[in-house]
Formats: sequence, C-alpha cells, structure tokens
Amino acid sequence: MSSGKAEVVSARGIVKAFPSAAGPVAVLNGVDLALRGGESLAVTGESGSGKSTLLHLIGGLDVTDGGALAVLGTDLRTADDRARAALRRERIGMIFQQFNLIPSLTVAANLAFQARLAGRHDPARVAALAGALGLSQLMGRYPEQLSGGQQQRVAIGRALAGQPPLVLADEPTGNLDEATGDAVAALMLDLVRQQDTTLVLVTHSLRLAALCDRQVHLHAGRLA
Amino acid sequence: MTGRARLVLAALMSHWRRRPLQLAMLLAGIMLATALWSGVQAVNAEARASYAEAADRLGTGTLDRLEPAPGAVLTTADFVALRRAGWIVSPLVEGRLRAGEGRVALLGIEPATRVALGPAEGGAVAEGDLLAFITPPGLGFADAEVIRELEGADLGGLTVAPREGLPPDTLVVDVGIAQRLLNLGERLTALVVAPEQPPGLAPLEQVAPHLLRKAPQDRADPEALTGSFHLNLTAFALLSFIVGLFITQSAVGLAFEQRRQVVRTLRALGVPLAEVLGVMAAELAILALVAGLAGILLGWAVAAALMPGVAATLSGLYGAEVSGALALRPVWVLSGLGMALAGAGLAGARGLLRTARMPLLAAGQARPWAVAAARGLRRQVLGAGALALALPLCLAWGGLVGGFAALACGLLAAALLLPVVLDAGLRWLAGRVRGVLAQWFVADTRQQSGGLSLALMALMLALAANIGVGTMVGSFRSTFLGWLDQRLVAELYVNARTEPEARAIRDWLAPQVDAILPIWSAEVPLRGQPGRVFGVVDHPTYRDHWPILRARPGAWNEVARGTGVLVNEQLFRRAGLSLGDSLDLPGGALPVVGVYSDYGNPSPQAIIGQDLFDARFPEAPRLNQAVRVDPDRAAALAEALRDRFDLPGSAVTDQAQVKAVSLRIFERTFSVTAALNVLTLGVAGIALLTGLLTLASMRLPQLAPVWAAGLTRRRLARLELARTLALAAATALYAVPVGLGLAWMLLAVINVEAFGWRLPMQISPELIARLGVAALATALAAGALPALRLARITPSQLLRVFADER
Amino acid sequence: MNARRWLVLLVLGTLPAWGQEGGFAGLGSDVQGFALPDPARDLVFPRDHGAHEDFRIEWWYLTASLRGADGRDYGAQWTLFRSALSPEKTGTGWSVPQVWMAHAAVTTPESHHVAERFARGGIGQAGVTSEPFAAWIDDWSMRAPEGGDGLDRLTIDARGGDFAYALQAEAEGPLVLHGQGGYSVKGPGGQASHYYSQPFYRVSGRLSLPEGAVEVTGHAWLDREWSSQPLDRSQSGWDWFAFHLDNGRKLMAARVRGAEPFLFGSLIDPDGRVRVLDGDDIALRPGQGTPPMSWTVELPGEGLALAVEAVNPASRMTTSVPYWEGPVRVTGSVTGRGYLEMTGYPLD
Repeated sequence: MSSGKAEVVSARGIVKAFPSAAGPVAVLNGVDLALRGGESLAVTGESGSGKSTLLHLIGGLDVTDGGALAVLGTDLRTADDRARAALRRERIGMIFQQFNLIPSLTVAANLAFQARLAGRHDPARVAALAGALGLSQLMGRYPEQLSGGQQQRVAIGRALAGQPPLVLADEPTGNLDEATGDAVAALMLDLVRQQDTTLVLVTHSLRLAALCDRQVHLHAGRLA
Repeated sequence: MTGRARLVLAALMSHWRRRPLQLAMLLAGIMLATALWSGVQAVNAEARASYAEAADRLGTGTLDRLEPAPGAVLTTADFVALRRAGWIVSPLVEGRLRAGEGRVALLGIEPATRVALGPAEGGAVAEGDLLAFITPPGLGFADAEVIRELEGADLGGLTVAPREGLPPDTLVVDVGIAQRLLNLGERLTALVVAPEQPPGLAPLEQVAPHLLRKAPQDRADPEALTGSFHLNLTAFALLSFIVGLFITQSAVGLAFEQRRQVVRTLRALGVPLAEVLGVMAAELAILALVAGLAGILLGWAVAAALMPGVAATLSGLYGAEVSGALALRPVWVLSGLGMALAGAGLAGARGLLRTARMPLLAAGQARPWAVAAARGLRRQVLGAGALALALPLCLAWGGLVGGFAALACGLLAAALLLPVVLDAGLRWLAGRVRGVLAQWFVADTRQQSGGLSLALMALMLALAANIGVGTMVGSFRSTFLGWLDQRLVAELYVNARTEPEARAIRDWLAPQVDAILPIWSAEVPLRGQPGRVFGVVDHPTYRDHWPILRARPGAWNEVARGTGVLVNEQLFRRAGLSLGDSLDLPGGALPVVGVYSDYGNPSPQAIIGQDLFDARFPEAPRLNQAVRVDPDRAAALAEALRDRFDLPGSAVTDQAQVKAVSLRIFERTFSVTAALNVLTLGVAGIALLTGLLTLASMRLPQLAPVWAAGLTRRRLARLELARTLALAAATALYAVPVGLGLAWMLLAVINVEAFGWRLPMQISPELIARLGVAALATALAAGALPALRLARITPSQLLRVFADER
Repeated sequence: MNARRWLVLLVLGTLPAWGQEGGFAGLGSDVQGFALPDPARDLVFPRDHGAHEDFRIEWWYLTASLRGADGRDYGAQWTLFRSALSPEKTGTGWSVPQVWMAHAAVTTPESHHVAERFARGGIGQAGVTSEPFAAWIDDWSMRAPEGGDGLDRLTIDARGGDFAYALQAEAEGPLVLHGQGGYSVKGPGGQASHYYSQPFYRVSGRLSLPEGAVEVTGHAWLDREWSSQPLDRSQSGWDWFAFHLDNGRKLMAARVRGAEPFLFGSLIDPDGRVRVLDGDDIALRPGQGTPPMSWTVELPGEGLALAVEAVNPASRMTTSVPYWEGPVRVTGSVTGRGYLEMTGYPLD
C-alpha cells in the first residue's frame, strides 16, 4: 500500500522520439513530472501531443530515449522486459481506450485476470468490485456481448482488482458516448479514491480532467 | 508450469473454446498431414512386401537353392543325407497342375524343416491340421482365384482350403503330396539352404557332389525395376510432407494472427514476452501431439484399408519380417509424431518469431494477415527466384540427392510464384473488365487472393503432386508393360541345364514350333563395367518388336551382317555414347548402330549378330532359347516340355503368366495412388476452408458497403463462392504444368540417376481432367460453408461494421 | 501368428494349444485311438528302448551334471521327442504321421546354449532303433557303440549354432523302473506313463563353446518315458528333480502342478534297489521367483533334507515350447549334483 507520501512517479527530462521518413521526430522533449501517493493527475493535450506516449513510458510499455524515470521505486532506465512486466503485473493497473479485454474469457474471468496473474486474487474483492461497477448480472457473458460502457467497466475492474498502488488510464472514455463516458469516469475516480490509489489519466476532455486533483497540459513535448 | 503460466495458457486456449471450428481445422490439418505421411510410409512398406511377393513368384527367392547337376536327380534320400550331415536344408517340389482349362503352379513344402529357414521361402505356410496336410489325399492351400480355377479338377481327393496372400496361381501342399500329385516318386525339385549353418559341416561337394548350389541372383532379378518404382513412391512421401507443411503453416499462422491483440493485452497486463512465447510453444506442442496421434491412427487405418486382405494375411504368411509394415510400431508412431511436431514447429516458428518481434504498442488494430501476406509478394518472387537458380545447381551437382533437391526446389519455387502469378493475372484482368460489379469482383478477388495464398499454394502442390505421381505411375506402367510386350515376344522361354539337354530340347521342339531363337550370352566388360553380350539371329521377332529407342537406318541388317552392335540404354547413357561410336568388344570394336530400352537389369548390355557371336564366343554356354509358337498352344507345350525333359518349373517361362503377374502388381499400386489423391486433396481442402473462414470475418467491412449499395446477401454469397471456384480453377490450371514438370523430373532425372534409364512420359488428359474436377469439387466443398454463413448473416452484423468504423 | 508358434502346434500335433485346456504342451489332450499304458505290461529290453509308435508321445531324455577340467560346473542336455499325429500305422515315407523334435543344450555358470531340430518320421531323418540302440535326428545322435549292450554304453553328440558336445557314458548300475514295475502314475485321475531310467552313468567328453573347448567328467541320467495322455487336463506343468548324491544314492522326485499337486519319486540305492515315493514321502518347497531358482527337497522318512540351487538361473530353453532346464547343486544332509526341469511357468 502506498504511504501517501512516497513519490510514485518521478520523471526528469524525459525524451522520446519516433522515426519518420524525415528523420526522428521528438514527441517528448524534456518532461519533468513528480506524483505522490494517492494523487490523481490528468494529462491533457492535442492529438499527437505525446500524452499516450508518456503514459506508455510510465507503464514500462515503452522505453525512454533519455532522462530519468522511476516508477514505484523501479528505475525504468535499467529495468529489462521481465522486470518491467513484473512492475506492470504486480503494481500497476492499466485501462485502455480499446478496453483490450480477452475476448475468449467471460466477464468474471476478465475481472479476475490481472489479480490472478499477480497472485493476489481475492474473490470477495472481485465480487465487491463487480457490484460497485454494476457488473454482477453480467459475470457469465463474453466481452462481445457487452456494450462499450460495460466493457470499459470490466476493464476498470480488472485494473483495480489486484489493488495496485498506481492506475494508468489512456483515454478510457474515448470510445464511449458522452453520457456513458461521464458515468464510467466518475465510477473510476470514485473507486480509485476509495482505494487511495494514484491515478494518471490521459484524456482530451477538459471536463474529465477537471475531476482530477491536478491537471497538466502537454504541448510541444513539454508539460505545462 | 507455474500457476501464472497455466493462467496464460488458459487465456490463450480459451480462444479455441470460442472458435471450435477453427480448432477443428487446425487439428484436422495437422492430423491429415500426419496421416498422409504415415499412410505413405505404410504404403511404401506395403509396396515392398508386394514386390517381395512378386519376386518370389518370378522365381527369385531370397535363399540359396541346391538343384541337381545336369543329368543328376535329387531325391528325398539326398535331403535326408544332407540333414544327417548337419546341413540345415528344406525340400521343395515345384511343378504345374492341370486345372480345367488352365494350369496352376504346385508348390510342395516341408513344414517341419522349413521353419528354420526364415520367412517366405516357398511362399506359404500351411496353418491348421498338420495330419491332414501331410497324409494322403492331403490338404492344400491357395487363394480364392486358384480355388475357382481348380473346380472340377481331379486332384486325387485333395482338399483345397482358401488362404489369402499366397503367391498368385499357386497351390501349396506338403512335399510328399506334391510328389504324388506330380508322379515324381522320390524326386525333389530343390533344397533351400538356410543362411545360417552350424560350424564345422562337411563341405557340400563331399556330401552331395551331384547337387549345384545356386544363389538367388543366378535367376532373373526384377529388383532393379521394382526399386525404381519404390523410389518414386518415396518421392510421393516427400511431396506429401511438403503439402502437410503448408496446411500446418496456414492453420498455425492463422491462430497466431488472430491472437495478436490478446498477446498485446497479456503483455500490457504484465506477462513477460518470454513467458508468452513459451506458453504459445507449449500450446502448439500439445495440439500437435493430440492431432499427431490421431493422424497416426488415421494413416494407419487408411493404409490398412488400402490393402484389404493383404494386410490381414501378411503376418501369417511372412512372420514378423513383413507384417510390421502395418503394425503400430513404436518407431513408426515416433516418426509420425516427429513429423507432426516438426511440421507444427516449423509452421509455428514464423508465428513465434513475429510475435516476438511484434511491438507491444503497434498502433490500434492488428494488420490482417491478408494484407501482410500481400505485402510479402515481392519477397516471394525473390525466394522463388533463388530456388529457381538453385535448381540447375542441384541438377549439376548430380546424383540422387541432387535430383531430389532439385525436385524440392522446383516445387517450392512454383508454389511461391503462384500468388504472384495470380496477382498479376488479376491485375491484368482488372484493366479489362467492364461494369462496376465485375470491377469490384476482380478487385476484391485480388485482395482476397493474398489471404488465401497459403491455402492455394497447398492446393496447387497437392494437385501438382497428384498429376506428377499419377503421370509417373501411368508412364511407368504403360512403358513397362509395353516393354514386356516387346521384349517378351516369344511365347516360351526355356532354360536347359546342359548343352546336350539344350540340343535335345531344340531337336524335340523343332518340328512342333514356328521358330527357336537362341538366347546365348557371354559375360564381357563393357566400357569398364561388367556387362553381357548377347547373340541374336535375324528374325522378325527382333526386327518387329525389339524395344529400339534410337537406331541408324538398317541397323538390324548391320547387326545380322556382323558389322554393328546394339546397346542398352544404361550403357548408352552412362558411357555417353552416340550412334556411330565404336564399342570395344573381345575380337574387335564395332560401331553402335542402335539403342534399346532395358528395364530388367541395371548393368550394361550389347547385342550382336548370332554368327559373329558364335565366332567370337565359342565357349559361351548354349543353354537358353526362346520359342515362337501359337499362343494357344504355349501352355500345353510348356507342360509337355517339363514332362519330357523333367525340367524344374522355373526352367520354362510362360510369357502370358509373367505379364499377368506384373499387371496385378501395378493395379494394386494404382488403387493406392488413387486413395492418396483423395487424401492429399482433402488436406488442401481443409487449408482452403481454414483460409476462407478466416477471411470471412475480416471481409465484412469490405462486403458491408456492397450490401448497403443494394446487393442481396444471397447474391453476395454466390459471388463469394464463384470467387473461390475461380481461384481454385486458376490454381488448377497453374498446377498442370507444375505437375507435368514434376513427372518429368521423376522420369527423366530421378530415374536416370538411380537406374540409368529414362522413361518416356505419357501425359494422360483424362487424369488431368479428373484432378481438375477434383480441385473444383474441393473448392466447392471448402467454399460452401463460408458462403452459406454469408447468406444467412443478420443485417445487424453487417450494420455493426459501420458502427465500429466510426 | 508367426512361423515358430505355428510350428509348436504342428509338432505337437494338437490344436488345443499347449498351456490351455490340454495341460502343458498338449500332454493332457484326448487319446482317442492311441494305446494306453498298462500296469500289467512287463517292460522287455532291449525292445522297449526303441520307439512305441502306437503311443502319442515319447521321449529319450539325457541330462549330464558335469565338472570341467577348469573346476567349474557344467550341464548338458540331449532330448529327442516323438509325437504321433495319428495312431494309424499306415503310410510310408512322407505320409507317416510321426513328428520328431529334439533339444540340445549346454549350461555353464554364465551362459546357456540351446538348439532345436524338427523332423518328419518315415524318411530316416530322425528315429530310434533298439538293437543296437541308436536315437538320432539330423547329425545329432545318442547310440550304443560297436559291441555295446542295450543302454550300458552310449556316445552322445549334438551341435547348435554356437556350441557342440561329444560325450561318452558308461553305466555303473542297472536300469531302474519307476512306479509299479515301470508303470508310473502322474495324477489323481490315474493318468500314467511307462517310465524307466538309467541313472548310473559316468560320463566324460568335451564341450565346444564360443570361448573354447573344455574337457568334462561327471554323472548322467537317462529317462525313457512314453504315454498317450500323461497329464490331466487341469495339470499345467511340473517340477522334476534328478540327483546324483555323493553317498552313491540317486533320487528322482517330481511334482505335477494342478488343482491338487501330485507328487511321485524314486529313491535308488547304489545297487539299484528302488524305494517308490509318493506324496506322503516327499516334501517340496519352492524358494523365491517364477520359476523358483532354489528349492528344498525333503524325505522326512529317510531323514533327507536337501537344499537345491541352480548352477545358472538363466537356463531357459528358448525353444518353440519354452521351459527351464539346467544343472543344480545339492547341499544339506548329503551333498550332490543333479538336474532340475520346470515346465508350464510363464517364461517371457
């Protein structure tokens, strides 16, 4: 459990570039960020501004080209694939725009999946989460039998079931209509606060960002 | 396996629960591929056994024989004397029995001493009532056909019981019964000699000076010929393996492609890449093992079903030696499983590699493999080009291995080029069709052909293999039978034991037959290799029938005058001769005036005029002759000859009988080939169905707008089916030259390398047409299900395409 | 079914396969038409040394317990079986319904060499004559030498793929009739055979083995037995012991295994006097293993308690009808040597 004081994310001078026909294009160009336990942070910015890239770097899904990045005490500059995978598995919950549920597993199996991967499966907690997310009646269904909002609620539940200290959400409402998106986002924030979990939320919706403790804006590769 | 790995495996495998049909396809693919491989292995072994049987029938057992020297007789007392001297021998009586119109061979064996000799000598074992077998009037065994022939024949009260798997046209009885039936008194035809004898025996010359020991190769040897056939079946096994690889590749590749997103999710949730790969490999191994085992059983069942009768009786007939061909032996099972695992591994390697290289964060949706495959066209052209370049190198390298390598190169190159050719054809067509629907049809077909390319390649290979092997078998059959017709023109062939006997036979025959042609030969080195020179008289038998491949005009005149020599194809090719080259022979060189085909032996041979032969080889034994006589009288005359001169059964050969036996062997092999055709096409059909089903879901976004534009679902389904058929037809068309090229390689390269002769290729339009129809039927069967699904798809499913694309 | 198996059926001439209903090796099969052993019949020699073709089965069975010049124990076996397919005496040459089978073996402490031969009757490849005595098949023979009297002196030869032997035997005592004057009962149902022995041979000779030739001396025991149904249908096999005891006595003891074990035997004094033994006199106890490689044989009435140990436990006769036969060492109240035969056990 996070202490509420320790630094969960510590980024200094992060640089990330992607190759293009005209040579490498720098997407992040010296990003500094510090995040304490229990905080919720919204990262906004235009399409292509690099918000998702920043999130991926924090989640260890990608590696920086320069700068220092430590997440939950793990130095991501030196961690190998196995160590980064372990960090994600055991201490980070991820929520994607595309939901990314496992289509061949039921709602129940999807909900419990990451907690079981991390070896922290608690059926009572999953049941409680399912109740809170309004999924109790849908546990035997498969993802394709759910609406988009329902799928994203399953994804939120999956991310939180293992009680990770950090949750990363990448445009979680991007594929949902406005009303559904608001409801899902509110639910997510509620649950995150209840658990005293640190949240990084990437979104282009200022309305959604306003619900977070802190907002930063990504522009021209830097945070403002 | 850790709990986490089990969880990941369960997540990956749950994919199959949602797509049972696809799992069935994958399993069926590996299973059929394994079955094909195992089946061909079994059939190969079976063919060997059939040849062994035919070899026995043609008088070539595997054991040495003791036969009486010229003028001597072999009796039961000789047998006893040899046994009392410690020699492990067993007596045989061979003869012919009148049976209604025809005759059957009578084989007398001695069961008690025969056992020590190992399997199959004499060809039969009488199982059952020994007392009835050895005591008059006796008990005989024969196959059902012989029993029919024997109906009404006077056999002195002999009971004949049916027994499968005996040599054709043969009645097997006890040696004593055979002596009685043939009125031989105490005489025996031969003693077979066990290969292992106790140490310290008195030499044969001392114990039985009047007997001659003959090794099996002293008699006619069709082994080289059957070897050729066998080699070609091995080529079929190789082709089946390749086809099997393609199907496995396509099924496994599909499974990998469809789960790219799941793999990404798993990794995003914190499963290390190495673990994902390990679990995927384990999953593949499990599936391959399950399907492989089923395939082995299926292959075994297919092989067993292909040889009804033979399979069941082989073990009883030959003991352990041959029966293993159809037993489920560990080695066989392991090789089948090895094939399944290696095939799945080879196919999975690509998927695993791509999974390993797949970036965790590739934007959005996975690229459908249809598109990915289409992108690989250029690489395929390069691959095909490299293989095509390697082909002549393999040929130049030479030898049998080179030949087979060239075969593999050619086939793979052709397979790789198929999508390229199809794509080019469709591009060409796209510029020429009118009408919006037709244009859409062509464009869409072109897009789809990329995704189906693996399946189409499998179909092409299956068709090419079938055309190639079918053409090869057909060519072989007609060539060999034609050659037998030409070569065995004379009705009877008579081998005497001594020159006086030969003279007496000729004198006795002369007034009753049309012609007696000497077949005298001398062993002579020909271009450095041990060979044989024959003398021939000038007779229409040779001029009209001898299987000449190439000759100078008037070649027979030159041979008759003693101014030219004919050589067999083996010598001609190996020595690199041309017509007109001179060939060194004892007593002076002669120009080569012609070449003849000679499929009966692998060694060099030459023919010169009889007068020249007599002058140059006065010492050559003058024992053998061909007899021209009214074919209707041949059998009776053979019988009379044997009776009159007390000749052993094998000394007089009846041409019609040799041909009948050969034909029977070929027919059996033909039925086997036909069954394999069905199986190979079945594999290709599965590959096609897998590909189509995969595409069906990916293609909805392409079909939905057309549906929205006003085409009914039924019409769309018909078009889809038409598209599949068109692609199959194009593939079949493409397979024809590939298959014929394959047949050419088998006949003109592999055979020449292995045996020194080249078989003329005989293209059978009927075979090709039949296979073309089979290809379309396969495509129809494979395309029916996806088309039906499309016809029944709900509008909401199509509408979702638009919703999802938002 | 392979050729070997087929031959087993063939040679024994009985199609209820051996080991099934017909007792071991078909010896319990029906006897229709064959002659039956007769307690009233007096054995007459040398006539009865020869073949009795009206009986279904007969054997000439010699076992030799040997010691080599190298001080090691050896054993040699020479056996000729005759089997009649039919009691009919018609037919000549190949049609005579008699079949012969022979086994030869040499046992060393480390190895066991076996050979098997088959022959048809009627053609002279195998046979037995009584005057002078000769039994032969192929180049194997057991015969009285020139001027020999009955079975008093014998030369014995056999040869297999990897061994051969030549032995000379000389009897130091008389023939011994078992049971009631040579009528030996084999089971509770009264099955019986004619059975006599010459247990008093002194032998010498030479064994040729893969590792070289070895000169041997020792004792031999010849069994002669003929019958038409020596076993009850339920009897599955037997254990047979023949001992040359160092006090000059000989002992034959046997147990036929069936629903009820049936024991019989003969204790023979050096002068040839016989004490006939039955189930009340003999106690046989097998040790561990199938078949057991050690036994105790007790004759409580005689104060005899013998421990029996195989010279080479691997003395399996890998013949078409497999069984165990080999030399044994005897210790206990008196020492000695001998032979042990065990049939009807599962052997591979």
